[in-house]
Amino acid sequence: MDLAYGPEYEAFREEVRQFITKHRKDAPERMRVARPDAEWKAWQQLLIKNGYAARTIPTEYGGYGGEPDILKSRIIAEEFTAAGLPLGLANQGISMFVPTLLELGTQEQKQKWIEPTLKGEVVWCQGYSEPGSGSDLASLQTKATEDGDDFVINGQKIWTSTAKDADMIFCLVRTEPEAPKHQGISYLIFSMDTPGIEVRPLKTMTGAAEFNEVFFTDVRVPKNQIVGERGQGWFVANATLKHERGMLGDPNQAGTRLKEIVDLMQTETMDGQKLIDHPLYRDRLVDLQSRVYAMQFHGLRLLTAASKGEDPGIARLIVKLQGCEINHQLAALAIDALGELGVLYGKSPHLRAWGSWQSRYMFDLGLIIGGGTAQIQKNIISERGLGMPREPKPAKA
Amino acid sequence: MEFGLSEDQRMLQDSLNGTLERVCPLERVRKAAEGGEEMAGDIWAALTELGVPGMIVPEAQGGLGLALLDAALVSEVLGRHVAPVPFVATAVMAPLALMQAGSPAQQEEWLPKLASGEVIASVAIAEQVSGAREDAGVTASGGTLNGKAYFAMDFGKADLFIVVDRDGGLHLVKGDARGLAKVGLTSIDLTRSLGELQFDDVEAEPLAGDTAAALDAMRDAGRIMLAADTLGAGWMMIDKAVEYAKERKQFGRVIGSFQAVKHMCAEMAAELEPCRPLVWYAAHAFDEMPDEAPLMAAHAKSLTSDVGRFVARTATEVHGGMGFTDLLGLHYWFKRIGLNRQLLGAPERVRREAAVMQGWAAD
Repeated sequence: MDLAYGPEYEAFREEVRQFITKHRKDAPERMRVARPDAEWKAWQQLLIKNGYAARTIPTEYGGYGGEPDILKSRIIAEEFTAAGLPLGLANQGISMFVPTLLELGTQEQKQKWIEPTLKGEVVWCQGYSEPGSGSDLASLQTKATEDGDDFVINGQKIWTSTAKDADMIFCLVRTEPEAPKHQGISYLIFSMDTPGIEVRPLKTMTGAAEFNEVFFTDVRVPKNQIVGERGQGWFVANATLKHERGMLGDPNQAGTRLKEIVDLMQTETMDGQKLIDHPLYRDRLVDLQSRVYAMQFHGLRLLTAASKGEDPGIARLIVKLQGCEINHQLAALAIDALGELGVLYGKSPHLRAWGSWQSRYMFDLGLIIGGGTAQIQKNIISERGLGMPREPKPAKA
Repeated sequence: MEFGLSEDQRMLQDSLNGTLERVCPLERVRKAAEGGEEMAGDIWAALTELGVPGMIVPEAQGGLGLALLDAALVSEVLGRHVAPVPFVATAVMAPLALMQAGSPAQQEEWLPKLASGEVIASVAIAEQVSGAREDAGVTASGGTLNGKAYFAMDFGKADLFIVVDRDGGLHLVKGDARGLAKVGLTSIDLTRSLGELQFDDVEAEPLAGDTAAALDAMRDAGRIMLAADTLGAGWMMIDKAVEYAKERKQFGRVIGSFQAVKHMCAEMAAELEPCRPLVWYAAHAFDEMPDEAPLMAAHAKSLTSDVGRFVARTATEVHGGMGFTDLLGLHYWFKRIGLNRQLLGAPERVRREAAVMQGWAAD
């Protein structure tokens, strides 16, 4: 165990701090939104130039071109978080499509799409899930039939988060209906302006429409707008899902949330007593603190394994399940400790934290379900982590 | 930055694990438990050969001079094999008390004997750490002790006792001291020995140094060791449950292919595995960042105790009726985890202390 970063990394940390001091004034004040405004684009550009965004993406594609160094990435995240400054743009185009293209795209595709995506000029959405294909994603039915030089797409996608704002979609479609389900899928990219696409907002239990449904009726897409080989889309998509699961269940987010709850419980009073003086809520708080620490140290352990190129085994597989669950329980504690105030919502008087504990409690349930449900995570943990057998397929009638 | 074990530390765990696989199979555990051995002499001899009793004792006094993190790794392996030997009190808490608050003469007298394994030390600090009982408590005056101390750890074969008095003072009491009565307590866990000490004008030698700090160190180190023991015992239960589920057939298929069973196993692993870096961190804090140690030891102890209970219960359920029998011996792990949970502060009490440490509750 050596928790010190050492002189090289401390020097790097100093460099990041100097950047933060100098450029604090340039940071956007508005929250990150799906379609970045000029201020956000300028911030993103500044971060890329200095290696604090798109750090390891080659310069020829508009990135910074740095060597992968997981410790430096962590230092950047730590310092920006500590300073309360936003990091660069984070959207499905940057976090999922770009890594996929780097791994499996053609030279032409990389040159055409990566740079504008990084700059926030092109916004992407992800067309994976369908009403009939959630956990069993590979059963997806949106079909693309060949017609001359085009595919003609018909079907429906759901849970498409930025569809309303997106310029482009990376989309899984069935091109080989006769092939086994994993081998009949292709990964297509096309403009959201293509005729035949209809986007309908999907309002969720939080009251906001964080997602959309996307309908395709005879949407024509040139056959060359494919990433990877025809029929290989499942494997192309898995390259991106790997990136998505890494994003969910971030233990540092839980640490921030825990601090908010401590503040809340130390300031809010009931019967003239601070909430934190209530022994039952306090016990839950300390219990969750144990769990947050455990997951933070777990994250450090995974970081060390990754930096040494070691496979951390089962430790890696539990992050999404545990991380999302802890966040959800933290929100539940805040709500419970607040009593009736905990249910106020919308634009109500007496709102605490803008009613966000309820919306987080609800949205977190969405995260427990999305990105591979908790139950799918448990299948993965038991099958890949513990070597237990898969559920046998039911015999054909 | 490296959050993980060194090559030496991995080898330490591997070699101890190999030794215990050889000398401490289930039949040996059962024999020790059913025979009321209090301590399996042959296993203790094998551990002594590896230097386990003197791990954290300085080399100058015949020990290995290793860190508390190393001791935690050993504790984990002992828990994995439900080894019926003393460890937490004699190899960790007692040496720490002597190292921190003993006079040079006391250190010279006892540390080499503890390190060599020829003397077993028991520790009785429950009064100050897990709560004072109405009918117990030890008063010290003029070099003698009176009263009772409950829940002395590593009790049965101890030659030396380290006892806390009502004012937090620590005392060395020889096992054959006049006026000392030793009453064994039978806990659910027959792999470890627990007892009560009754003092009737018993001659005792006080530890002269900063006993408050030494008591805190014993408490924190003891909690980390118990957490590590539960971590090891809990993972063994998961491994056994998974193995059983892959073999046991019902409805024409192995029960491990039913999601109801798989998910129980996944939940156990997902809950217990993050306890490992928490235990590592707490032990590392004890070694290198002492300000953080009390809080981290409290977190490690309380979380691992709660998760341990969940694992013990769930792994037993995965084994179905067989888990409930004596035949498989799974209950040795169940009971070991059960004892670890209660010693040196059960979770609710420890979490309250953690709140006090952070200014979230009045002392």
